[in-house]
Amino acid sequence: MHNICEIDLKSVTKIEGDAALHLEIEDDKVKDVKFQVTESKRFFTQAMRGKPVIGLPQLLARICGTCSNAHIMASIEACEKALNVKATEQTKLLRALTMYALMIRDHALHLYLFVMPDFFGKDSFLELDENDEAQHQLLHDAFEIKAAGNFLAQIIAGRSIHATSPTIGGFLHFPSEQDLKEAVVKLEKIRPAVLRLIDVMKNSSFSLEGDTNFVALETPRFNFLEGDIISTVGERITEAQYREHLERVVIPYSQALGFKYDGQPYMVGALARLNLIKDKLHKNTKKDAASALELFPSKNVFHNNLAQAIEILHSVDDALEILKNTKISPEPIVKFEMPKTDTVGVGVIEAPRGILYHRVHVGTDGKVIDGELVIPTGQNQIILEKNIGKLVEKCLAATALAGSRSGGKKMDKDKITFEIEKLIRAYDPCMSCATHFLKVKWTEK
Amino acid sequence: MSEQKKLRVGWFTFTCCEDSTILMTELMNDHWQDWKKYIDFRHARVLKTKNVLDDLDVAFVEGAIASEEQAKKLREIREKSKKLVAIGSCAVLGMPSAQRNNFDEKTMQEIQPILDKFKQYPKVKKLSEVVKVDIDVPGCPMDPKLFLSVVDSALREFKIIE
Repeated sequence: MHNICEIDLKSVTKIEGDAALHLEIEDDKVKDVKFQVTESKRFFTQAMRGKPVIGLPQLLARICGTCSNAHIMASIEACEKALNVKATEQTKLLRALTMYALMIRDHALHLYLFVMPDFFGKDSFLELDENDEAQHQLLHDAFEIKAAGNFLAQIIAGRSIHATSPTIGGFLHFPSEQDLKEAVVKLEKIRPAVLRLIDVMKNSSFSLEGDTNFVALETPRFNFLEGDIISTVGERITEAQYREHLERVVIPYSQALGFKYDGQPYMVGALARLNLIKDKLHKNTKKDAASALELFPSKNVFHNNLAQAIEILHSVDDALEILKNTKISPEPIVKFEMPKTDTVGVGVIEAPRGILYHRVHVGTDGKVIDGELVIPTGQNQIILEKNIGKLVEKCLAATALAGSRSGGKKMDKDKITFEIEKLIRAYDPCMSCATHFLKVKWTEK
Repeated sequence: MSEQKKLRVGWFTFTCCEDSTILMTELMNDHWQDWKKYIDFRHARVLKTKNVLDDLDVAFVEGAIASEEQAKKLREIREKSKKLVAIGSCAVLGMPSAQRNNFDEKTMQEIQPILDKFKQYPKVKKLSEVVKVDIDVPGCPMDPKLFLSVVDSALREFKIIE
């Protein structure tokens, strides 16, 4: 008789957006894993057509609440490449600061509010015990780090969500000297808290190892903005070539689309970046996170959390470097003209969750003809499913071993479900992003 | 000392980019100590795993309604909540999540198979087209000051604070 078991996880919690999981186990083997993105699509790929290109970055920001500023940066880059706009050196630094602010608050949200409760066996981060010294410290650290990132985003980009200042050709608003001084104070103040966070993540015993092809942008200053694309096994390619290496995979049960890179499942995000370009981190980060950095390159998927913590430190360190050594003053937006013939631009950046690709095709009237977006969560979906299967088999093997010792065997569904949720959270998936870029025809002719 | 009475709150998200959810977690930076003391998050998927949908004082609902499944859930939330607050532009106005309502015929044909496959409504709806909404907090993301004042009024109205 076959021993068949099905687990349905209707709503994965403490992630950005909504996802479900269906799992079938037969005779202690995983027969089927379906990670379903259950959010409704909002069709930005279609909605962008016919829109004036100057308004495009603000429209595409609305794909995602948490990484809206990454979408703005990728869209601006795509539009500037299409319109042949060259950003000034100051603009490049302000964009780097925008990315650092995003990484600080977005990674901190993920690590403290989503991941940390699992470390303490709590249901919610707010349930951490204020009377316990270590937990009390973490509660305060969390909100102080997030607030510093939020503040940096507000003074540089206008807002931390759907930023109002960055635009094609430059920035619309500039921070005052007082703002900049205050940012330095806040960032210096959170640095010890970030080091504590790195320690907590480093000491985690969560582990799932496997060979994975990692793909990341090799940004010279680790500023998440521009560079060639490199991978664990593949050749170096330019941003514009990226799409040619991707294969779209329709996942029939999911509202999101999966991708393969050179025919293989792959992973993007903080772990990929640390595995491939940790030598580009700020010197102070390298010094103070030295023992944590020795763990990279790492095959342990859960080290994505540690990698994010290290990226917060780098973002603090390089933001401080820029703020202390640059005079930021108002400057006009670089002027540009609409193209003489229709033209295509590609923008590739590192969003918090990995490589984000925007392509835009602009007509001579300055309106968008069409475009395409490739989102980190879609890129990680295939490898995530594969690893969920692997994790469950690991749990089943451990149960079988314990059962053979005690004479009985009982699979603990709740325990397995908890382990799966932990793994999904380690990938830090973003369902809003994953569901709003689709360009699929379901009936192939 | 008697136990502090808390406001029973649910935070729900439908079709949107969840910017107001993220903004709420940013507002926590300054208000988490008060919220920990005065608010019982009965249901908030972004904050916790063990969510229950039982009697609520206030339901904050973000996003537009794109399917009957979502409408059914929203009606259940309405039944169980004394107050229902629409949070952000998509909940209040439907837009930008309802942008497909304005697509031309050719674009509609392109997306129709997806709408059919996932049983999506032909038109995306704002919350007030499905249930009675008591308070609107518009904005993309929601207006943070207005949101905080709604929280404050609710704490007073339900006699959590004086």
